[in-house]
Amino acid sequence: MGADHRHTLHLNGRSRVHRLPAHLKILSTLAFALLVVATPREATWPYAVHLAALLLVARAARVPAAYLAPRLVVEVPFVVFAVALPFVATGPRTTVLGLTVSEAGLVAAWALLVKGTLGVLAALLLAATTEPHDLLTGLTRLRLPRQLVQIMGFMVRYVDVVTGDLRRMSIALASRGFDARSPRHWPALTRCLGALFVRSYERGERVHLAMLSRGYAGSLPVPDAAPWRSGDVLVAAALPTMAALAAAAAVLAR
Amino acid sequence: MTTPVLDVRDLFYAYPDGTRALDGVDLHVHRGERVALLGPNGAGKTTLVLHLNGILGGDAGSGGGTVEVSGMPVRRDTLSEIRRRVGIVFQDPDDQLFMPTVREDVAFGPANLGLRADVLEERVGEALAAVGMAAYADRPPHHLSFGQRRRVAVATVLAMHPEILVLDEPSSNLDPASRRELAEIVQRLDVTVLMVTHDLPYALQLCKRAVILSQGRIVADASTREVLGDAELMAAHRLELPFGFNPAATR
Repeated sequence: MGADHRHTLHLNGRSRVHRLPAHLKILSTLAFALLVVATPREATWPYAVHLAALLLVARAARVPAAYLAPRLVVEVPFVVFAVALPFVATGPRTTVLGLTVSEAGLVAAWALLVKGTLGVLAALLLAATTEPHDLLTGLTRLRLPRQLVQIMGFMVRYVDVVTGDLRRMSIALASRGFDARSPRHWPALTRCLGALFVRSYERGERVHLAMLSRGYAGSLPVPDAAPWRSGDVLVAAALPTMAALAAAAAVLAR
Repeated sequence: MTTPVLDVRDLFYAYPDGTRALDGVDLHVHRGERVALLGPNGAGKTTLVLHLNGILGGDAGSGGGTVEVSGMPVRRDTLSEIRRRVGIVFQDPDDQLFMPTVREDVAFGPANLGLRADVLEERVGEALAAVGMAAYADRPPHHLSFGQRRRVAVATVLAMHPEILVLDEPSSNLDPASRRELAEIVQRLDVTVLMVTHDLPYALQLCKRAVILSQGRIVADASTREVLGDAELMAAHRLELPFGFNPAATR
């Protein structure tokens, strides 16, 4: 284990976007996503503005497109759904590239695809410019219930430990001739996952014991109050402001 | 004689299935001592350790006996002070280190004691310096090597200014260099130590006194050299020296 192994979503940097307090970035991302969803879907150009705004942020944060593009795969299930929509939706039909598809379905698919992609891009930018740990602090400052934040914190801390366990188990299985592709071996796989669950559960108990031993009485230390420097707020507001202008213009133009 | 830091009297404990884990343990540790707690697997060492800060005891399985830490009995109403006085470093540092950064993890204990701001910072810095990990304060624990994590685990407990440091298998899984570095750290600390270990040379190096816990009882309590040199006693309790190791030959 060395310093080279980082959380794969985060991209180290020292840009203005990186240095912005996490709670402001979370609010900004959330506002942006809501505004994108609220933008009427009939026109194309407001979405071009949204995308341009995001690309400006990416540029300011020095997050290259090559970094964001592969991570967009997380969106695939929605893309599949969006592609299916024009074929399964009802209503008046139209012809595109020789295929007869539902008009309403086509519009819905376009909207789903473009809004989804913009939302995912915004979330990726947030993740790329904010350490997981700062995200948690930000969520706490935004008064998200502390139990939820604590659960997320433990997840961030232990995901490497648990995947390490899983890797060692699968190496041990493979060393004894296990082949995950053969259905005959699947029962062993389920038992392996069961064992992993039990191990993680027991680790949870040991962590709790260790916490009690250091005087844990039900609450983790509270981070300092959220700083709301006006300069930061202005920078954070830039993205949602642009999105708001585009959305408002689109509503008025209808 | 002064009040012992650790005073265990006639401690009994049975697991829910009726297995007797502790069968009348008496153990006294005085200020400044470093004592090795030896014993085969299943002897009750971990059960005893969990009694020292009141994680176990006082429930259905306890069959009597008392534990006092510097004169304070382990009771429900004294638990928070007891847990400050008894610092347990668990065997797997991944169980102990759970906060996002080393600094926050070391601050966890003292923050639970109510320390804030500068005093808290000072405690954290001092504890990390004591284990030579001050440069790693802002790193996430899971990015450290195993030996470094164990040292940070020691710091998390030192930050609470314990009266007794309880180390559970401190040398397990360490490479020889990390093992030696940890020994040097423990030797430098000005604190009473109870060290649970199977690593007998380590016990001899660090602890003048050793006790053997076997089948829930303390069956030997003497200087470590004497205990390790008593072949009959050792064999009777499934303790074995590593190949080629002669306790009489070491200084």
